[in-house]
Amino acid sequence: MATTVTGAKPLTKKGKSLGGRPGFPGGNGDGSGKRNGNEGHFSQFESSADRYRIGMWIALAAILMMFTALTSAYIVRAASSTDWRPIAMPQILLLSTALIITSSGTIEVARRKLKAALEDSYNRWLFLTAALGVAFVVSQLLAWRKLVRQGVYVASNPHSSFFYLLTATHGVHLLGGLIALIYLLLRTRLTERHDQALAKQHAVTDAVTLYWHFMDGLWIYLFLLLFFWR
Amino acid sequence: MSGETHEAVHRHPAPTGFVWKYIFSLDHKVIGIQYITLALAAVLVGMTMSVLMRMNLSWPGTNWPILGTLFPGGAPGGMMTPEFYLSLVTMHGTIMVFFVLTTAPQGGFGNYFLPIQIGAEDMAFPVLNMLSFWVTFVGFIVILSAIFFSGADSTVGPIGGWTGYAPLSALGQIAGPGQGMGMNLWIISIAIFCVGSLLGALNFITTLLNMRTRGMSLMRMPLTCWAWFTTAVLALLSFPVLLGGGILLLLDRLAGTSFFIPGGLYVSGILSGTNPNFPAHTGGSPILWQHLFWFFGHPEVYIAILPGMGATSHILATFARKPVFGYRAMVFAIFAIGLLGFFVWGHHMFISGMSPYSAMTFSILTLSIGVPSAVKTFNWLGTLWGGRIRFTTAMLFAIGFVSLFVAGGITGLVLGQTSLDLPMHDTYFVTAHFHLVMGVASIFGMFAATYFWFPKMFGRLMNESLGKFHFWITFIGVYCIFVPMHTMGIVGMPRRFAQFTEYEYLKTLHPLVVLVTVAAITTVLVQIVFYFNLFWSIFKGKRAGENPWDATTLEWTTASPPPHDNFAGHLPVVYRGPYEFAVPGAANDFVMQTEPEVTQQPVGSGRERTSGNGHDGHRR
Repeated sequence: MATTVTGAKPLTKKGKSLGGRPGFPGGNGDGSGKRNGNEGHFSQFESSADRYRIGMWIALAAILMMFTALTSAYIVRAASSTDWRPIAMPQILLLSTALIITSSGTIEVARRKLKAALEDSYNRWLFLTAALGVAFVVSQLLAWRKLVRQGVYVASNPHSSFFYLLTATHGVHLLGGLIALIYLLLRTRLTERHDQALAKQHAVTDAVTLYWHFMDGLWIYLFLLLFFWR
Repeated sequence: MSGETHEAVHRHPAPTGFVWKYIFSLDHKVIGIQYITLALAAVLVGMTMSVLMRMNLSWPGTNWPILGTLFPGGAPGGMMTPEFYLSLVTMHGTIMVFFVLTTAPQGGFGNYFLPIQIGAEDMAFPVLNMLSFWVTFVGFIVILSAIFFSGADSTVGPIGGWTGYAPLSALGQIAGPGQGMGMNLWIISIAIFCVGSLLGALNFITTLLNMRTRGMSLMRMPLTCWAWFTTAVLALLSFPVLLGGGILLLLDRLAGTSFFIPGGLYVSGILSGTNPNFPAHTGGSPILWQHLFWFFGHPEVYIAILPGMGATSHILATFARKPVFGYRAMVFAIFAIGLLGFFVWGHHMFISGMSPYSAMTFSILTLSIGVPSAVKTFNWLGTLWGGRIRFTTAMLFAIGFVSLFVAGGITGLVLGQTSLDLPMHDTYFVTAHFHLVMGVASIFGMFAATYFWFPKMFGRLMNESLGKFHFWITFIGVYCIFVPMHTMGIVGMPRRFAQFTEYEYLKTLHPLVVLVTVAAITTVLVQIVFYFNLFWSIFKGKRAGENPWDATTLEWTTASPPPHDNFAGHLPVVYRGPYEFAVPGAANDFVMQTEPEVTQQPVGSGRERTSGNGHDGHRR
């Protein structure tokens, strides 16, 4: 309580008469305050595992903005010039797409296994997701190699420039997701058995799952943009 | 609070070693001071460059022996070359916009005070917070390295201005000295800066949404928090666009793509495709870069000034001893400014050949920003109206902010109209406008914030006499610098020209040019007083208590400086709005946010007081 307020002693006394445990005067300040309000043991860092989920949504907004900017550049560049020569779609990209859609499914299963407290099963599904992620990256690299063999490079024409740029940018973000998956895999072994750690694990897993779904959706979007829009 | 200690569950224990305490600190307060220190260093570089530019403009052709010694290539025999001047323009703009106006208000004061003002122990992601500072720091090192390794010893960086317009920025060394490695370093620095800012923005938004203490509803937050929040949203949505554009630009330069480079260019006597230094390009769109850049660039203006608006609102209320007039209107005005800021980027491009219909749309949207800006201005005046004003240095700077914001904003209405912008474009009128409203006003906001929060940050007060001296010279100085520039712009003096000796119609303006330079040098010199005051007061200033200004918000409930976890284990509980000054019937003329309700209402149903402005803002 503030000690600097001098002229309001009776008021302070009323506050104290509540056992120093006031409820929620008006607002819901802390996002999860309601759950912890009367437990007496209150700290933001243990109570707000939500921040991982919120943080992920916010990060996705930023990533979305970047790809929006690149998309607008793509559309403007495609529409405003005569040198646009669409490259033929490397067939292996269909495999990439299948792989990443599947991985989106497996990570969702993993997340649900964690919610159901099936640790081993969670582990396995997570591992499968990471493997599919690696396979996706390899498949993308094979697509690049195929194009290089055809003599299609970054600077060959604007469409190939955008193809390499967008796949690379998506790939870098996906590698970030892979690192997060590896982190989760390592964490399953180290998890301490108490509520806080569990809440954090759930929240982080939710956040990574969200990111992975986003990467999946983003790839499908880029795939459509690159080869079916124009 | 039931009294148990919370140190044990604080996210990260107070560090002990020097490195973890002061360098790679996870403490938002230390990180805030790091950001401020970075800005204090960067602003010295930027100011020095502006003085050099002014000297060249006023006394062209003069020999400055020291310049010749320091930059034998850029100022052979002590005489500045036009390229050297242009690189000064570029680096001054870049360093000031990114490393001063974006770091100090948001990264610095926001980092330090946002968690404390919402009653949090730290930011939501302390490690991310540390990373965001160090990433930004690396960006600063890279931009400084451009001074020394720009690929041409005749410049101190690229020469294309802080907007880096394509195609000259996309071509490489062939486009001019400094456009080779200097431009590469510039882009890389900005890209790094974008990443750092994004990490910071992510942290700010999450912290504000998730870490508010009990009772701290959104409408009970100080306006500073709203400003930092909106700024973070702007940064989050605009920096990725610049990053994307920067990657495209870098690819054009290094990978031979043609995103921004049209075909058939003829540069420095070489036709595109006829020289290995100038490979063939086709079909790129230079205007595309302008769109991407200004889609970031306009929100960036608000990133610079919104925190100043927040600090000004906060300080005006505190020293006028009155609630902020129209708290809700102020919040919505901040949002409106931020939102509209995303739809007006085209007004930087009226002469790019855009359709007059688009130009008119951008023009109308631009002028409509005047509405929330006016709401803010009138509410500031309303806050001052009838108050028992305490003219502290912080208050003077806050009032100065209002003055500069109005003076600079008015000319925004002039430039926002296509028909007026066409003749004014790229003249000193534009320079004057954005320096007043984005540069100096933001800096005044930061000066106000510094004088206001210094006692909280260091436990000592800054010297008021020196502060007032600093204020008056700076205030008069900046008006002497930037008001004559409007006249120059109306006469038609173009921006970014190294000297005007060749132009007969500008000769009559020369006395004004000299006046501006004298004012600029005086203003820069008086900043020495500020720096002295700052460092002297850290050690020798008068001791400040917890709440030297009789202010109401949470940062004033804790020790000065606050302990590692901000509230020494007791998270505050908030019962009321942030600006309860002069409350009728209260014993003091200020009521802290942590003061429980006056009425006999059961705690938890105090809905009738969701904002701190239950009364109309007038002293009764």
